[in-house]
Amino acid sequence: MHPKRRSRLFVVLFLVVGAGISVALVLTALNENLNMFYPPEQVAGGEAPVGAQIRAGGMVLDGSVNRDFETLDVSFVLTDYQGAEFTVVYSGILPDLFREGQGVIVQGQLESDGQFKASQVLAKHDETYMPPELADLSEGHQKKPNPLNYDQ
Amino acid sequence: MPLKTLWHRMGSPRWMYQMSGSWVWVLGVMATVLLIVGSLWGLAFAPADYQQGNSFRIIYIHVPTAIVSQSTYMLLGAAGLVLLVWRMKVADMVLATAVPFGMSMTALALFTGAVWGKPTWGTWWVWDARTTSMLVLLFLYFGLYALRQAIPRQETAGRACAVLALVGVINIPIIKYSVDWWLTLHQPATFKLTEAPAMPPEMWLPLAVNVLGIYCLLGAVLLAALRLEILRRERDTQWVRELVAAR
Amino acid sequence: MSFETFADFLAMGKHGLYVWLCYGVAVLVIAGNVLALRRQRRRFFREAAALQKRREADSA
Repeated sequence: MHPKRRSRLFVVLFLVVGAGISVALVLTALNENLNMFYPPEQVAGGEAPVGAQIRAGGMVLDGSVNRDFETLDVSFVLTDYQGAEFTVVYSGILPDLFREGQGVIVQGQLESDGQFKASQVLAKHDETYMPPELADLSEGHQKKPNPLNYDQ
Repeated sequence: MPLKTLWHRMGSPRWMYQMSGSWVWVLGVMATVLLIVGSLWGLAFAPADYQQGNSFRIIYIHVPTAIVSQSTYMLLGAAGLVLLVWRMKVADMVLATAVPFGMSMTALALFTGAVWGKPTWGTWWVWDARTTSMLVLLFLYFGLYALRQAIPRQETAGRACAVLALVGVINIPIIKYSVDWWLTLHQPATFKLTEAPAMPPEMWLPLAVNVLGIYCLLGAVLLAALRLEILRRERDTQWVRELVAAR
Repeated sequence: MSFETFADFLAMGKHGLYVWLCYGVAVLVIAGNVLALRRQRRRFFREAAALQKRREADSA
C-alpha cells in the first residue's frame, strides 16, 4: 500500500478504536453505576433476586457489628432507619471508613435465608477532613447526612 | 514590552529559545523546593485525619497530580485552538511536547487514587463517573501521543492532534462535575471557589504548597521540552548550528 | 510533628505500604520525566554535531 494511504488508514483505524474504547468505558461505568443498588427495604421485602450478583446498600446499624478476630469473618446489619434491615456476612478486611452509623455498599449475593453474603464492602465518605482532636470537639459534624441517598 | 510585540516574538523560535533558558532553571529549582517542603510538611507535620488516619496523607500527591493533569490538557486544548485559528508554530510545539508530562501525571493520579482507595473505600477500582472520566483522560493522552506517531507529516499530525485535543476538552468539565452529577464513590470537592475549604489550614496549607510546586514542575518540564523541540525543528538554521558547534 | 518516633513515621499507622508506595512511584515518575528530557537533549547535540562533521567532511 502507498505509505501515505497506509498512514491515513492507521489514523482512521486508530480514531475508531480509540472512540470505541472510550464509549465502552463509559457504558461499563453506567452499567455498574453505583446508583443501582438495592436499599434495605427491597432486600428485606424480598424484591431483590436471590443468588444473583447484586449490590445492596444501607447504614450500618449501631451495635450490630460482630467480628471474629481469628478468621476475619464479620457480620453486621444494614438498615434504612425506617424499620427495614438485613444481615450481611463478609470475610475479609473492612475498609477504614467502615463504622457503625456509616453508609456502605455491599456486593455479593442474597442467600435464601435472607442473609446477604458479601464479596466486597465499599464505604464512601464526605469531603470533610479534620484532625481527630477537632472531630471530638465538633461531634455534630460526624452526623452529617450520609452520602448514600435512598431516593435515587 | 507591548503585548503585540510579545505576541509576534512568540512566533520566533530563536527568541523563545534564548528567553527560556534561565526560566527552566528558576522553575525547576522552585518546583524541587516547593514539592520537597510540601510533601515533608504533609507527611510528617500535618495532623492525621479523624476517620482515615495516615493514609489521608496520600492526598498531598494525589490531588496535585490530578489537578495538573487536567490543566495540562486544557493547555493542549488551547494550543489546539491557537494552532487551528492562527497557525502559530509555538502552539504546534506545545501540542507535541506537553503530552508525555500530562500522560504521566494522569497515570500517577489514577495510581495514587487506587492505592488510596484500597484501604479507605475497600477497593482499588470502581467504575464510577469520576474514576472513569479520569481514565478517559488517560486514553485521550494516549490518543494524542499515538496520533502524532502515526502521521509522518508534521503539519498534518499537528492539525489532527489539535482537533483531538479540542474535542477532548469536553471531558474536563465532566471530570470536575462528575462527583456532583452522579452518585460516585469518590467524594465531592473539598475545595470550592465559593466556600471555605472543608479542611483546616494545617491540612490544606501543605497541599497548596504542593499544588504550586507541581505547576512549577509543569512549567519547567514543558519549557525544557519546548526548547528541545525548537532545536530539532531548527536543526539546519545558522543559529542552531552555531549552538551545536559551540558545545 | 505528628509522629513520636522515626519508626512511627515510617509505619504511618498501618498504612506505611500505601503511603510510601504512592510517594515512591511519584518520585520515580517525576524523575523519569526530567531524566528522559535530559537524555534526549544530550542525544540531540551528539547527533547534530556528528551530522555537521559529516557534512563538513563531504564538502571538503
